[in-house]
Amino acid sequence: MDDWPLWEVFIRSQNGLAHKHAGSLHAPDAALAVENARDVYTRRNEGVSIWVVRSIDIYASDPGEKEELFEPAKSKVYRHPTFYKVPKEVKHL
Amino acid sequence: MIQYLRQSRNSCIITAGAFFPFFRSMYTQMVEVLGGQNGETAQERRFQARIDAAETIEAKDWMPEGYRKTLIRQISQHAHSEIVGQLPEANWITRAPTLQRKAILLAKVQDEAGHGLYLYGAAETLGVSRSQLVDDLLAGKAKYSSIFNYPTLTWADMGAIGWLVDGAAIMNQIPLCRCSYGPYARAMIRICKEENFHQRQGFEIMTILSRGTNAQREMAQDALNRWWWPSLMMFGPPDAESPHTEQSKRWKIKLLTNDELRQRFVDQTAPQADYLGLQIPDPALHGNADTGHYKFGQIDWAEFYNVIKGNGPCNRERLRVRKAAHDDGAWVRAAASEYARKREGLPALEQQI
Repeated sequence: MDDWPLWEVFIRSQNGLAHKHAGSLHAPDAALAVENARDVYTRRNEGVSIWVVRSIDIYASDPGEKEELFEPAKSKVYRHPTFYKVPKEVKHL
Repeated sequence: MIQYLRQSRNSCIITAGAFFPFFRSMYTQMVEVLGGQNGETAQERRFQARIDAAETIEAKDWMPEGYRKTLIRQISQHAHSEIVGQLPEANWITRAPTLQRKAILLAKVQDEAGHGLYLYGAAETLGVSRSQLVDDLLAGKAKYSSIFNYPTLTWADMGAIGWLVDGAAIMNQIPLCRCSYGPYARAMIRICKEENFHQRQGFEIMTILSRGTNAQREMAQDALNRWWWPSLMMFGPPDAESPHTEQSKRWKIKLLTNDELRQRFVDQTAPQADYLGLQIPDPALHGNADTGHYKFGQIDWAEFYNVIKGNGPCNRERLRVRKAAHDDGAWVRAAASEYARKREGLPALEQQI
């Protein structure tokens, strides 16, 4: 079974949100990966669409370097609307 | 820096879903805590600090070998239990009393296959291969829950298993939804959501039988008599005999002790038996109004250890059936591999099986 590649499964739920990672499974090809994903991850109507991606094709950031990677955003509080003072008498801002 | 998510074909890095958001604290300061305690290295101290700060450990994060090994053992045993756990109930699928009961039982057994897969996936993130896990089970080297080595003699056993065995499993699994290892916690969240119906359908079977004819009520009582004590054993040996509990609690891969969980289970289940009008087979069982807890009698630990060692009523039968199912499916796996190869236009291998 280890000859079978590992696939990451992404599912779009009923409510129109983006596909979300649901889990992973082994399958010999993409078509069977989708069929197996239906049985493993949507037994209760969890989805309206399934994506499968070979796990080996996913690139990821290094958890050990997350401090440096995400540091630039930390000092930029002015990117949030709550940073700005809105005068009480001004509406719809 | 960008890197491959997976370093080898066999280690799956993300699994069992971002479907359910999991509580996560801010990435707190990694303070160098107290020097040299218990011979811990600085790396181990940082790891423990992360756990103490309720951070989730993910597959690619650094972790002590002991943490990794303990988790592989715990998660794979859990996965094997789901897979072997299909067998006692599969025994009754063809003999379910109504079409609806048959459909419900099929759905439950299918869920258990799914739960086994979520858990194998979580174990694989720790660097162990699926085929190794399956081989260990089939070779009789891996452990699974002792409860599945008892026979299912009557239809009432389907009720007792759902009510008691799934009830005990849920009791054990709910705290694990908060365990420190992300892939395991996420698998547990999915499983707990799905397993609630398992327990309810079992209790419903028990309710119908206990409100039925005398023969049906006796059948329900008999099932309770046979499954009660093995269900209490599911939580494992008493705390005094569980040497690893302390370390596992520190690592947050065990949140409550065996005895704590067992007590909660008895407290929760005893009033349910009263509702059914059935007698729990323990003359020492009684509620204590002062403590709010039930006292219960001595568990026969000799029986527990005997079943764990492979001498329960059905140990050999379970492995024989599991192995036969695996062998019987070999041609399907071979055909699927061959078809995939053909579609990719690669040359066929001479012999696959």
